[in-house]
Amino acid sequence: MAAESPPSLMALWVYLAATPLLGLTLTLLVYHGAFVLYRRSGFHPLANPVPLAVAVLATLLWVTGTPYATYFEGAQFVHFLLGPATVALAVPLFEQMHRLRRLALPLLGALVAGVVVTTVSAIGLAWALGASRITLASLAPKSVTMPVAMGIAEKLGGLPSLTAVLVMATGVSAALGARYLFDALRIREPAVRGFALGTIAHGIGTARAFQVSEEAGAFAGLAMGLSALFSALVLPWLAGGLLRVL
Amino acid sequence: MIPALATLLVFQLLGEVAVRLTGAPVPGPVVGLALLLLALLLRPSALEAIKPTTQGLLQHLSLLFVPAGVGVMQHLQRLGDEALALGVALVVSTLLGLLATAFTLLALMHWQARREGPRDGG
Repeated sequence: MAAESPPSLMALWVYLAATPLLGLTLTLLVYHGAFVLYRRSGFHPLANPVPLAVAVLATLLWVTGTPYATYFEGAQFVHFLLGPATVALAVPLFEQMHRLRRLALPLLGALVAGVVVTTVSAIGLAWALGASRITLASLAPKSVTMPVAMGIAEKLGGLPSLTAVLVMATGVSAALGARYLFDALRIREPAVRGFALGTIAHGIGTARAFQVSEEAGAFAGLAMGLSALFSALVLPWLAGGLLRVL
Repeated sequence: MIPALATLLVFQLLGEVAVRLTGAPVPGPVVGLALLLLALLLRPSALEAIKPTTQGLLQHLSLLFVPAGVGVMQHLQRLGDEALALGVALVVSTLLGLLATAFTLLALMHWQARREGPRDGG
């Protein structure tokens, strides 16, 4: 009986790299590792697990010469869950409805002001500094939670995957800067700080707000859900109109 | 967990169908969110059945951002070319947005408290 020659490591790699299993497993393992580090850091905003996991995975792909499309064959199973997760935002929103009713007018006014100011200033500044049209369209929904932002970017003619990166950077910069900004301006009300974080910095801001207090976190979660709804309805018009004028 | 997951998918599907049929410029899952919110307002007792699953999903929301984020490797060229514009616009607009939200909320809460003052400050 002729023994089969043992498969070479290269052949094994070629096999593994071609199945979705590897991309999926790596995504979960690397994210888990990044999250453990984040927890050990006492949830320091600079140790946010998303940019860290992204950097590690992108480096791995680059070192092994694996195309992003091959990795995504596996990672798409995680990516797919963004849709159901967006629908799931209805639950925290529903649970905060009583607060919303009492403070409806102030909260909605603040939401509109925040979304309009951040969108218009982002597009205006990037345009003035010479960013390309595709970049502007990808930047416009940067304050919206990622699944919704990617949908809006697509409708505006941007690159959803570039938007994903910019959404992440927005969340991290807000989570880092908000504390110093609000302290310097003596804005102390947890509800106000939380609502601003959720409106401008989506899930990453909400996670940050929960570390400050339950009240801040609840208002942040409410703001994130409202901002997703409002931005989905308004940004295609607002940002689309701006992009046509510029 | 299965009924809850099926519920989320059904509402997402309804959202996608509504968007395709009307051509509304809204992502399908957002319409699904609005429909589920409406359904919960009409039947609050349904909350218990879906809450554990939605909570689990939302607790790990940041994991779901990773696959799209890794797409950064496709945009390194663009990010490098437009680093200044992107960096400045991103940070400044984020801080301006935080200020606009916080100050508008404070001003409107103050206004509301003053208007309701004679009745009950609560």
